Amino acid sequence: MNTIFFDKKPRIISTGTIAGPKECAGVIGKYVDKTLVDDMFGESTYEKAECKMLSYAITKAIENAGMTEKDMDLLISGDLLNQIISASFAARDFDFPFLGVYGACSTMAESMAVAAAFVNASYYKNIVVATGSHFSTAERQYRYPLELGCTRPPQAQWTVTGAGGCVIAPKGSHIAITSATIGKVVDYGITDVNNMGAAMAPSCASSLLEHLKDTGREANYYDLIVTGDLGALGSRILKDLTWEKGCDIANNHVDCGEIIYNVIEDEYQGGSGAGCSATVVNSYLMDKLKRRELNKILFVATGALLSTVSSGQGESIPCISHAVAIENI
Amino acid sequence: MARAERATSGKLVFQTAQKNGKQGGMSAMTGKNRKNYNENYIQYVNSFDPPTQHFKNCFRAFMVGGLICCVGQFLRVLFENTTAMSSDELASAVSVVLIFLGTLLTGLGVYDRIGRNAGAGSIVPITGFANSVASPAIEFKTEGLVYGLAAKMFIVAGPIIVYGVLAGTAVGIVYLFL
Repeated sequence: MNTIFFDKKPRIISTGTIAGPKECAGVIGKYVDKTLVDDMFGESTYEKAECKMLSYAITKAIENAGMTEKDMDLLISGDLLNQIISASFAARDFDFPFLGVYGACSTMAESMAVAAAFVNASYYKNIVVATGSHFSTAERQYRYPLELGCTRPPQAQWTVTGAGGCVIAPKGSHIAITSATIGKVVDYGITDVNNMGAAMAPSCASSLLEHLKDTGREANYYDLIVTGDLGALGSRILKDLTWEKGCDIANNHVDCGEIIYNVIEDEYQGGSGAGCSATVVNSYLMDKLKRRELNKILFVATGALLSTVSSGQGESIPCISHAVAIENI
Repeated sequence: MARAERATSGKLVFQTAQKNGKQGGMSAMTGKNRKNYNENYIQYVNSFDPPTQHFKNCFRAFMVGGLICCVGQFLRVLFENTTAMSSDELASAVSVVLIFLGTLLTGLGVYDRIGRNAGAGSIVPITGFANSVASPAIEFKTEGLVYGLAAKMFIVAGPIIVYGVLAGTAVGIVYLFL
């Protein structure tokens, strides 16, 4: 049993999101709190911009909850950069405890699960969780310099510039986190760092099926099964993998990475990065939940746990997925 | 929809092919010896690879690469008629101008757009080399002029220099005995 059930049903009482111009041209544009015109966000480096975005998402989530910093008991945050610098540096602006987490692109679901567990157990009252990513910082860390004239392979995805956060509290809204499945690390041996979707799909399928088995639910119990950032190809593979195990998610599955971008320039398979699921879930989907257009969603964020060192040494890509059930009650 | 229609490979991709399943214990299992390495899955994923468009790629590379060479030739003819440079000096002068143009276009943020479409056409000429030095210099400037800009300047071009010199030496030695 890898699923934890939250009997006190911790609530998501508010969200805060910010995204870059390219992201806001897509489906989330209308729902985010702030659209960046300039992806430097008035800072001198992209790293500082990412940190500032994360800070903004945290502040906005607290503000939208009608609370102040004083009401907050804990911040759980993470990002994609080495030593999760964006999250840690953002946390120094806030006068409450900070717990840094890393799950690559699955950080949002991981943070939500941890926060919900803390709130459910009454160790903390109000917890703000946030994650973010920036295209330019991720490119520098994982790939090539921005101005290098190289081609992107068709399996590649585009790291989302954006940050999203939410406040989890014992009560105060009708959106609750009812259960969470902590995933196993799954690695089927994909070594191509440009094919993240294919690398992550098996771990996603594993967590998803585990969740359904533990809860005894059918896939169609959920109005929507939202995966993190598998991209178009990864989503296609996920459907095959789950189908093989006798679970059909074709009708209610949607992938944040696949839907986030409107224009197809060089994104190919869609968006990726910790900011991808964080912005889509906390803006677009939370809005649908708030309006009760959606009532039960399963958020399965996926993360590829590689580094440039491991891939340089020819290692395959271990991946992880965590599932969080978010329901209207 | 029938199962056979859905799974492209026709194989059960989830089933782990445990060819080396007997290896266990505490030994580090990496690569194909790892426990959940799945050969079926790798094959299945590879079946999604879009075919490489050799003709289109070659054509674009030919056009852009050829254009850069034409610019070089034009400069050479220009210098030949306007200055009194010798043949060797002309070659150097043309290279200097092309390197300058490559760096300038990199700084203006144009070269990566050209490169995205042209592929090898804009990587192979000397302008591509200029781009591979200038782009990390711009990128890592934020980490300081010494440990950032200067140290990281050759992260892309470094291997080209190392193996270029090595290959040059090897050819030189062969040439010595001919």
